[in-house]
Amino acid sequence: MMSFVEAIIQYGFLQKALLTSIMVGIICGVIGCFIILRGMALMGDAISHAVLPGVALSYILGINFFFGAVFTGLITALGIGFISNNSRIKNDVSIGIMFTAAFASGIILITFMKSSTDLYHILFGNVLAVRPSEMLSTLIIGIFVLVCIYVFYKELLVSSFDPTMASAYGLPTKLIHYFLMTLLTLVTVASLQTVGIILVVAMLITPASTAYLLTDRLWVMLYLSAGIGVLSSILGLYFSYTYNLASGATIVLAATVLFILAFLFSPKQGLIWRSIKSARKREMHSQS
Amino acid sequence: MKTAISVSNLFVSYDGSEALKNVSFTVDKGKLVGIIGPNGAGKSTLLKVLLNLIKKDSGRVELLGKSIKEMKTKIAYVPQRSSIDWDFPITVIDTVILGTYPNLGIFKRPKKEHKTWAHECLKKVGIAELHNRQIGELSGGQQQRVFLARALAQKPEMYFLDEPFVGVDVTSEEKIISILKELRDSGKTVIVVHHDLSKASDYFNELILLNKELIEHGNVERVFQPDVLSRAYSIQFPSIIGEGVSS
Repeated sequence: MMSFVEAIIQYGFLQKALLTSIMVGIICGVIGCFIILRGMALMGDAISHAVLPGVALSYILGINFFFGAVFTGLITALGIGFISNNSRIKNDVSIGIMFTAAFASGIILITFMKSSTDLYHILFGNVLAVRPSEMLSTLIIGIFVLVCIYVFYKELLVSSFDPTMASAYGLPTKLIHYFLMTLLTLVTVASLQTVGIILVVAMLITPASTAYLLTDRLWVMLYLSAGIGVLSSILGLYFSYTYNLASGATIVLAATVLFILAFLFSPKQGLIWRSIKSARKREMHSQS
Repeated sequence: MKTAISVSNLFVSYDGSEALKNVSFTVDKGKLVGIIGPNGAGKSTLLKVLLNLIKKDSGRVELLGKSIKEMKTKIAYVPQRSSIDWDFPITVIDTVILGTYPNLGIFKRPKKEHKTWAHECLKKVGIAELHNRQIGELSGGQQQRVFLARALAQKPEMYFLDEPFVGVDVTSEEKIISILKELRDSGKTVIVVHHDLSKASDYFNELILLNKELIEHGNVERVFQPDVLSRAYSIQFPSIIGEGVSS
């Protein structure tokens, strides 16, 4: 651990990597809470994959990643909604059809780009090579997303918990859905360098699920999830640096280990306490 | 007496098959009204139209002489228990506070006074001591009372409840109905989609008997007659045959 700290102090690239992954841990953790509470984990996976053709297009056109990513991400979200609303195709199937189509077009578009290492980095991330400009864009997206969540917290809460009440009193629930999808594409773009497109869904749903097992209050869940995201990033980066492992994958596995701990030991929801409690109850009844 | 709800020539369909056909009725202010009818009669559909949650094909709906849009924050909705995610990370008191949102407007946060008011509403339904519990830890009757408290917190003119007595214990059912009667006596209008015919005559002033069409509407004494009820409940079979032929 000591040499990791020394290395951080010494090497600029490691400082940037650490800061970027911490920011990604926070924004993925926060937005992920709403994704899992709205039952949209699969949708999160789909949108993050659908960003690929947008990134490729931006590359070809020489414009910023965001525009392309938000464009193809939203087109895919609209397409998914359109298919499931206008046919007997169920939502999960329509998600599967649309995001694989988007992803496939992305792979074809990316072959027009110069080197195959680009594809590799977009898919799997490479936080140790993060550039200052990318770090800055992650910061800007991060602040924007957090401000949006803070400002619309009340509306996000009620429309996630009881969409019927929300639309009855006049909230535009469809607009909120697509607004959240837009934030999701932004978060995916911000996470490209850190964990990559394929694994970003893990950063969205794993820390949020860990937090979900630990609390009964949404605002606590948001802070916990962000904290767990940050912890996963730091741990992942440490193991990645020390043992020379792929950074994105290591960060995701760190988040998974934290989830397993909560799954087993959470005071209220954990597997172990729950079985101890039911065993005690049974014993009590057998004695009486 | 002032008219609370006026519905005229209402038609609603789902993908071309009719759910409500030419429904017209008016309800006066300060009434406790039950919507009854067989399964698939369009009871919940009617409620959703009154809440502006689904589009109507044609017809007019007015609430207290205004359009539904103008009245939307003055209407409280108590959902069917089965439509709620009971694992959601929210406590009882925070659920009741949601009732203050419609009158807060966007950007504004509930303040201490809203919280105090939510506590009072919770006290009114008799479960103040459960305020810090997660909603899934409550019994069915207690859960229904939380949502009634949420409706009270909104201080609305009208209450719409969808099957509020399904899976609810006797104590909670009595508490809920006594609060609904109190609201009625204070001049509010309360509309309840109701499944169980046995209690209908004790609970409501008026009944709306539906089976896609309006079969009968009026005082309980008039609607709650075997010959009137059988017109709604026996028509089920010919109406199914009719649909089969037309498609």
